[in-house]
This record gives sequence, C-alpha cells and structure tokens, in this order.
Amino acid sequence: MFRWSHLVIYICVQMQFMLLFSRQGKLRLQKWYVPLCDKEKKKITRELLQTVLARKPKMCSFLEWRDLKVVYKRYASLYFCCAIENQDNELITLEIIHRYVELLDKYFGSVCELDIIFNFEKAYFILDEFLLGGEAQETSKKNVLKAIEQADLLQEIVLETVSQIY
Amino acid sequence: MPAVSKGDGMRGLAVFISDIRNCKSKEAEIKRINKELANIRSKFKGDKALDGYSKKKYVCKLLFIFLLGHDIDFGHMEAVNLLSSNKYTEKQIGYLFISVLVNSNSDLIRLINNAIKNDLSSRNPVSMNLALHCIANVGSKEMAEAFAAEIPRILVAGNTVDSVKQSAALCLLRLNRTSPDLIPMGEWTARVVHLLNDQHLGVVTAAVSLITTLAQKSPDDFKTSISLAVARLSRIVTSAAIDLQDYTYYFVAAPWLSVKLLRLLQCYPPPEDAGLRSRLTECLVTILNKAQEPPKSKKVQHSNAKNAVLFEAIALIIHHDSEPTLLVRACNQLGQFLQHRETNLRYLALESMCTLASSEFSHEAVKTHIETVINALKTERDVSVRQRAVDLLYSMCDRSNAKQIVAEMLSYLENADYSIREEIVLKVAIQAEKYAVDYTWYVDTILNLIRVAGDYVSEEVWYRVIQIVINRDDVQGYAAKTVFETLQAPACHENLVKVGGYILGEFGNLIAGDSRSSPLVQFNLLHSKFHLCSVPTRALLLSAYIKFINLFPEVKPTIQEVLRSDSQLRNADVELQQRAVEYLRLSCIASTDILATVLEEMPPFPERESSILAKLKKKKGSSAKLPDIDETRRQVNGSTEHSANNGTANTSPPLLLEDLLPTSRPRPYSSSPILLSASTMGSAHSFTADMLNLTSTPAAAAAAAVGGGGGGLLVDVFSENSTSPSVDVSEDHLERFVCKNNGILYENQLLQIGLKSEYRQNLGRMYLFYGNKTSIQFLSFTSSVTNNTSQSQLIVQAKPVDPMIEGGAQVQQTLNIECVSEFTDAPELTIIFRYGGNPQHIAVKLPVMLNKFFQPTEMTSQDYFQRWKQLGAPQQEVQKIFKAKYPMDSDATKAKIIGFGVALLDGVDPNPANFVGAGVVHTKTSQVGCLLRLEPNTQAQMYRLTLRTSREPVSHTLLELLCEQF
Repeated sequence: MFRWSHLVIYICVQMQFMLLFSRQGKLRLQKWYVPLCDKEKKKITRELLQTVLARKPKMCSFLEWRDLKVVYKRYASLYFCCAIENQDNELITLEIIHRYVELLDKYFGSVCELDIIFNFEKAYFILDEFLLGGEAQETSKKNVLKAIEQADLLQEIVLETVSQIY
Repeated sequence: MPAVSKGDGMRGLAVFISDIRNCKSKEAEIKRINKELANIRSKFKGDKALDGYSKKKYVCKLLFIFLLGHDIDFGHMEAVNLLSSNKYTEKQIGYLFISVLVNSNSDLIRLINNAIKNDLSSRNPVSMNLALHCIANVGSKEMAEAFAAEIPRILVAGNTVDSVKQSAALCLLRLNRTSPDLIPMGEWTARVVHLLNDQHLGVVTAAVSLITTLAQKSPDDFKTSISLAVARLSRIVTSAAIDLQDYTYYFVAAPWLSVKLLRLLQCYPPPEDAGLRSRLTECLVTILNKAQEPPKSKKVQHSNAKNAVLFEAIALIIHHDSEPTLLVRACNQLGQFLQHRETNLRYLALESMCTLASSEFSHEAVKTHIETVINALKTERDVSVRQRAVDLLYSMCDRSNAKQIVAEMLSYLENADYSIREEIVLKVAIQAEKYAVDYTWYVDTILNLIRVAGDYVSEEVWYRVIQIVINRDDVQGYAAKTVFETLQAPACHENLVKVGGYILGEFGNLIAGDSRSSPLVQFNLLHSKFHLCSVPTRALLLSAYIKFINLFPEVKPTIQEVLRSDSQLRNADVELQQRAVEYLRLSCIASTDILATVLEEMPPFPERESSILAKLKKKKGSSAKLPDIDETRRQVNGSTEHSANNGTANTSPPLLLEDLLPTSRPRPYSSSPILLSASTMGSAHSFTADMLNLTSTPAAAAAAAVGGGGGGLLVDVFSENSTSPSVDVSEDHLERFVCKNNGILYENQLLQIGLKSEYRQNLGRMYLFYGNKTSIQFLSFTSSVTNNTSQSQLIVQAKPVDPMIEGGAQVQQTLNIECVSEFTDAPELTIIFRYGGNPQHIAVKLPVMLNKFFQPTEMTSQDYFQRWKQLGAPQQEVQKIFKAKYPMDSDATKAKIIGFGVALLDGVDPNPANFVGAGVVHTKTSQVGCLLRLEPNTQAQMYRLTLRTSREPVSHTLLELLCEQF
C-alpha cells in the first residue's frame, strides 16, 4: 500500500548559485546550479546585490531571501555569495566560500579582484574542480590544485599523447 | 603559482579587458564592445580559416562580453568547433563557453553531445572530466537522454580514475535532479553504495551526495548505505585530525564529508539494528562532546567547521526525535550558543531550537531559555536574527508562558521592522486565541494589536475577534465596555472602528445601563468616527445603526435623522445610499416585533480552525516548518473544508461568508426568516454577511421587510402555485457538489433542501435542511437514504426527522457517513410527504463522492516528481482530454481543484499554466495517495487531466468526477 506518511518528506539540498561581486556592485563571477533563464538570472543578481550590499558589517552572514537562504562573506573588495536551500547547512557553506578563496589565493598568489577579472576563465575552472552540480566534489586543497596544475601543463600539448602520460 | 604568465596568456583578451576597464562611461563601454563584436563577427565570417588559438581568443572575448551582461547571439558554432580541438586549452574554453551560454538550438545540442560522447570514450581522464563537468553544468534534458545510461557505467567501472569517478558521481546527481525519470536504476546502484568504503575521501565525498539524492528517490534501494555511512562517520569522528591529511580542515576532520554523511542519515528513520544504533549514538555523543572541548585554533574557520558538523548532528537528532537525552543535550548546547558573541551562531541556535521546541522530549528544555530569547528580541541589531527570535518564541509558546510571550511580542511590535510586522500580528493573534484562559485577556490583546499595528491587522484577525465574542456570552459585556473605552481615543485605527461598530451594534445594550455609555453616547461616539472612514466601514456602521434602532428605541429618531440626511440618502456611493434608504424605510414601517426578529443578535459561528492560522500557514508557504505539535496535529486532522479555506485565505470575504452561514444553529423560518431564506437560497452574498459589513446589497432584507407579513416572507411569494413534482431521481445537481460542500441540493415549488456537509478523513457529517416553501404543513414527512453501494464500501446513517413540517418552517436532518473502502455510486435520498392531501415523492442523489474523503498533501516539487515516478505503472495512470465546459479562468480552476480536496501545489509544474495537486483519499481500510495534473490549452479550449494513484479503480472514479468540473 502506498502511504505518504511512511515516506520522509525531505527537501533536497543543494547550492542554487554562487555570485562574486565587488563592493561597487560589479558582478565578477556567476555560477548557476539550477536552470534559469537569463532574464531571471539578471533579476536575481540585481536584487541580491542590493540586499547584500545594504547590510552592515558585523551583521549575521545568513539571510532569508525569497524562499532560499543566502550565505555571504566579504573578502577585501569582493563579496562571495551563495544561495542554498532552507534546510542546508549554513556554516559549511561559509567554509565552502572560504576554501574557494584559499584555492584562488594559492593559485594566483595573494589573489586580488584584478586576477579574477583578467583570468575569469581560470576562476571558473578552479570552481568546477572544487564544486560540481552545487556539491563539494573535492575538498582537498592539494588535489584541486594538482588538477589545475596538470591542466596548465597540458595547455599546448596535443591531447592524443596525454593518455600515454597517464 | 603565477598562472598569469603561463603559456596560454591571451594578449588580445587582456588588452580588450583593459580597454573596457578604462572606459569612462557606460556609452563608451558599449561602443567599445560593439566595435569588438563587429571585429569578431567579421573574423568568424571571413574567408580565411581561423587557427585554433584565434578561435579560442575570440570565443573567450565573447564570453567576457556576455558575463558583462550583454547578449551574445553568435559564436556558438565556433565554440562547438573548439570542443573537438586536440589542444586541451582550446577544448577547455569551448566547454566553458557552452557551459555558460547554453543554447537550446537543437542542431547545436546534437553537435555538442557528439563532442561530449567522443571525449567520454577517449579514456583520457582530462578530456573525460571536461566533458562530465560540461554535462553537470548544463544538465539539460537532452544531455540526460544522451548520457544517463553511460555515466553510471563510467562511475562504477573498475579502471576509472578517482577524479573521473568524482565528476561522474556529481554529474549523475545533477542529471537526476533535472530529469529523474531518465536515470535507470539497476545493478550499478549497489556498487555506488560501496563507494562509501572507497579509500579516496574525495570519491566518498562526491558519492555521498549522489547517494543521498538517490536515496530520497527510492529509499529501499539504498538502505544498505546506512550501516556504511555510520561506519564511515564513526571512523572520521574518532580519528586524530592529522590522520586524514589534506581532508582535515583547520583541525577538523573532513567536515564536508561528515556533514554529508549526517545528511544522508536524515533520509532514514533511526537504524533498527541495535548495534548500529548505538554506534551512531556514540558518534553523535562524540560530536556533542567535542563542542565542549577547548578550540584547537582561534581561527573562525575552525569553529565554523566544527559547528557545521555539530549543527548537522543536532539536525539528525531532531530528525530521529527518539533519544530524549540527546535532544536535551542538543538543547543545552544550543542554549550556550544563544549567548555566543558570534552573530552567526546566535542566529543558527535560534533557528535550530525552533525545531527542537516541537519535540515533546525537548519542549520543556527549550522553554527554560525564554528570557534569553526575549532579550535577543530586544537587543539583537540584525533583523534576521530578531526574526528568528520571534519564530522561536512562537514555537515555545504554551499555556504556561503565553501571557509573557504575547506581551513581549506586542511590545516588540511597536518598533518592529515593517517587513515582519504582519507575521508578528498573525502570530500574536493566534497565540492569544489558542492559549486564552480568560477571554477578557484575548479581547484586550487583540484590541492592543489593532492599536499598535492597525495597518498590519488583516481582515482575518478582526473577523476572528468578532466570531469569538459572539460565541462567548461571558466576554460580550467586557468586550462592549472595552471597545467603548478604546474608541474614546481621538485617533483610532479604522479596524478598531469596525470592531467597535460591530460589537456595540450587537452588545451595546450590555453597557447601556451606565449613563456614561448610554445609547446616545455610544451612537455619538461611533458616528464621530463615521466621516473619517472608508466606504466598507461606513457600510458596517450603518448596519450597526439599524441594530441600535432595535436595541434602543429611544435613539431611533436621532438615527433616522442621520439616515435621512442628504449625505446618506444621496450618497454618491450606491452601496451606502441603498443601505441608508432601506434601513430608513425598515425603521419606519416595521413593527417592533419584526425589527426584533430581523435585527436579532447574530447566532454563534460554527467552531472550526481559525482562519488566521490558515493565513499564517499560507504566508509561510508549504516549506515552512510547522511551529508546534498541536498545530501539526490539527493540520493532519483538519477537514477538507478547512483546506479549502486555506486556499482562499487571500480572498478573504468568502471565508467569512462561509463562517457566517448560521446553519450550526438552524432555527425555524418564523424566528429568523431573512437570515435563513437568504442563506439557504445559496445566494453568494448572504444577507448575514451584510450584517457584518460586506458588499452585498441589503435588498433581500428590505424587500422582505417591506412585504410586511409575519414569518416566511419570501416563502409566501413562491408558494402561490404548486404542481406535483416528478419522482425522477434528480442527479444533474451532483456535479455541482463535487468541489463544494454546501448549497441548495434540491428545490421545487414546495420544498427546498439545503445542504451543509463536512468531512474529516474517512468520516463525514451532512446536515440537510428541509424548508417548507408553502403556507400549508407537510404531513407524514419521511426522508430515508438508500445506499446503492454495499455496506463494505459506504455506510450512511440518517437520524430520524420530525414527521410534520409547518408552513414556512424548516427542519434539519443529520446524516453520519463513513467511507469503508472506495466506491463509485452516490447514495440516494428518498422523501415522501403529504401536501394538501396529495402524496409527494422526491428522490435525490446525495453528493457523497469519493473525493470528499481527500486530505490535501503539501509537498515539494522534488517529492512530487519522485512520487509521480513511483506511480509509474500503466494501470496506475488515467488520463482524459476534454473540451472546456466553462470559461477557462485560472482562479476558478484553482478554487475547484482545492475544493476537490487536494492540495494545489504551486511551482511544481515547470509550466505555470498547468495545475498540479496532491492528496490522500482516506477510507477505513486504506489510504490512497493521489497525484493529479491538469493542463489547459486555452487556444483549443481543451484540457488534459492526468491522475496517478496506487489503485486503478480510484484513479478512474476520481478522474470521472473531476473532468466534469471544467
């Protein structure tokens, strides 16, 4: 017999998107883990930027926004901002942000906003190694950087020869 | 690692980015971009074949332009070409472009999928990873179709390298979220579970997420993951941090993995196996103990990671809700955090405690923190933290502390942020009612609420206070006195005038003995507010005035004069004008007896769930946690009717109208002719409602009054000629009652049968009102129910009814109904009586249908699709395409679906024009879950209705019932 009561009602957990923007409100990086149209993305970005930039320092890093929870943290001139589901773990998301910052820092060597502007594609590649589909894929700093380094080494190598290296 | 200087530096790109950054104005930037776009377009169109590097550079520039917020409508083809480049860097940029700018152009998707396919089969880990990342980033249905079978193979193949396994796991997770039906379950699932044992913690981290998602879809298939997850968790929490090497994060062992494992365990009830259970308890205790140890680092990352695991462990403890000691320990731990200097921790402690408050084991423990929480409400500087404190106070409220909490919330309300005022008002109103020991406190609280935050007091709140005052004799005098006093303030909120007008109109006589609140003083007080009020309030006040004329004959001349004034009789607003004219006329020609009858005190309202609660639930949305056990239970037991209220809470007047039908205390026609005739005639806006304030015209009242006779005024008009009614079983009315429970069941020249019914799970009660429309009595009146279905399906018991119905009178019959198992045929009502010597025989089908036993089920889109899929067997689904019978109005359709008994689920169907609902049919022997989906096609004026339930006959019955409604 099919009965609802026996099934656990559980809402799936996942990061919905991550945005990086400057104190001046310039979007520096956007990563969407849910399918949305461009118009909707722009609207969300605009609203969220305003909301987060209006918050004072010392305020709590979490806020309820629409039916999501936004976790954000500021590093120098950049805000890192993730939207997660209501039941998701806020603190671990805060540390996801921090680990990503550490990865960027290690890769660029004291990362600054300009690094991300001029090498936006690298920022995306690092993020993909770390987070995939909105979930942490590899949390070891060493392993993520190793993967990126390898990719950098491969830059101009013709791929057919790669399988022989492995 | 100075990557910037690495060999791939694209000079042209860097120059372009610099140019953009140097632009002084938006216009200059757009100009520069347009120049670049023209350049790239000409390069792409040019005769000369571009080399890989140039292509990569231009694609990258396009990407940059897109990320600046500009539209890009070309270059996709070049990006796709890059995918098949044999240079890693070119391939990588190609994939990035595709990931960021997905285009649903079907030709392109085919090409992209081809490239991905090649890379997946290349056995080259770097290419495979790029391809998998791209699938995970795009996650489209087309990709799911193309690769859903291939990725599980890669994931579990023995020779797949770790990093590819990780990507494959999360790639599959993403596809499962977007197109769960396309992921084939099978032999690979068992092997995926064993990835929890993998040596590589990165693989485990990625696999747990996948397993959690799949376990939600089909819990039984992944049950074995419980023991593996506990074992893994146990190893992590007991390991020395250093053992896990790079997976240790600021001295915390694998925090991400721990959180994910604890989440996976939340998909299941506590383990049944005692050994496993105690091992898990040990883990949880260890995590709780660690929270008490001195920090190993002063860095905030250390405490965040440690507490992330702790909060997840507490979430699991709350989810299991079975170990009192753990629950209390969790509560004490959160209590410490309530006073922590980190705002984040205070916020999370308040939030987490809110769920703890609903557990019977920890409710008392939570209550001990009341002072701290109240203090948070007063001193926190961040509104989001204060909001959490409000929520927690609401959750921990019970009879013992209600007065304190309500008082604190009221005082907070005076300075509360506008954004949360309405919610606080609702919460205060609910608590005041729920925990009121004496109702004077309740009345005071609500009046205070209106005084402090009148603008945020919705109609439900002030309707409710009136309902309660009317239903309780003991508080009426107090209420009259209090509103009278409150109205003395020079500036009153309009809502207060409404409450005051209504209550004094009903119960002003209770305080009229005191010369300070004599009838004239009361009237003058109300009338002094009249001119500042809006039209609806003025209309309500006019009704209060006519009630005054009945209560206090001595003020009649004064009031008549007011009604007679030009500003009333010739008011530009037609509603006010009509009321003035009709009330004036009524007061002039009706005898005192008639006035007393027409303007009698309102009968009590039927007891039912507070409409405010319904409003709050609606406001919080389906995802909100229900604040306490009591309400959860009420929600579960709530009748279908209440859920209908739930849905209409925003369009509040109908709610009240329903509440106002005086059927819970039916009277003979003679004692209250207008009330009954108006309501049983099913007029959408009954006169009763008008007595409150609403928008309908009082024409019925006036017409009746002007007619001037005794009881049964309207009835006389109808009773002039009477022909013999037919004996055919009347059935055509049935479909009108599929989505509603009250109304006129049957009517001919002699007899009118009104119906009111309510259902709760598998039980129902029906009240039938037989109104004699003639002036001659009905003799030998019998009414019986024949049940066409067997007793093993439906049981209907009818209480006996009086054999004689006087002319113009009404009698009531109660039916008790029990649904034993599913049924299709509605029972039949047979009525036999003698009218003027002629035998009369009437047979009517009673609207008892299977859908009446629905309980609505709220669920998320995820759950919905999961269950939809579980009901995928062909015999479980029924579908019908049919032509619209009624205008295709979205609001009407919603109301019908809710009236049908299911929960209307917003945002589940990707197409907002479609309607999706879920509910459980309760019969004594079983409960049958039902999912439905209605797709309108306005162009063709057609609908497609699809239903899935676990029982084929139920699907058919429900489908037939519902498809006639649109």
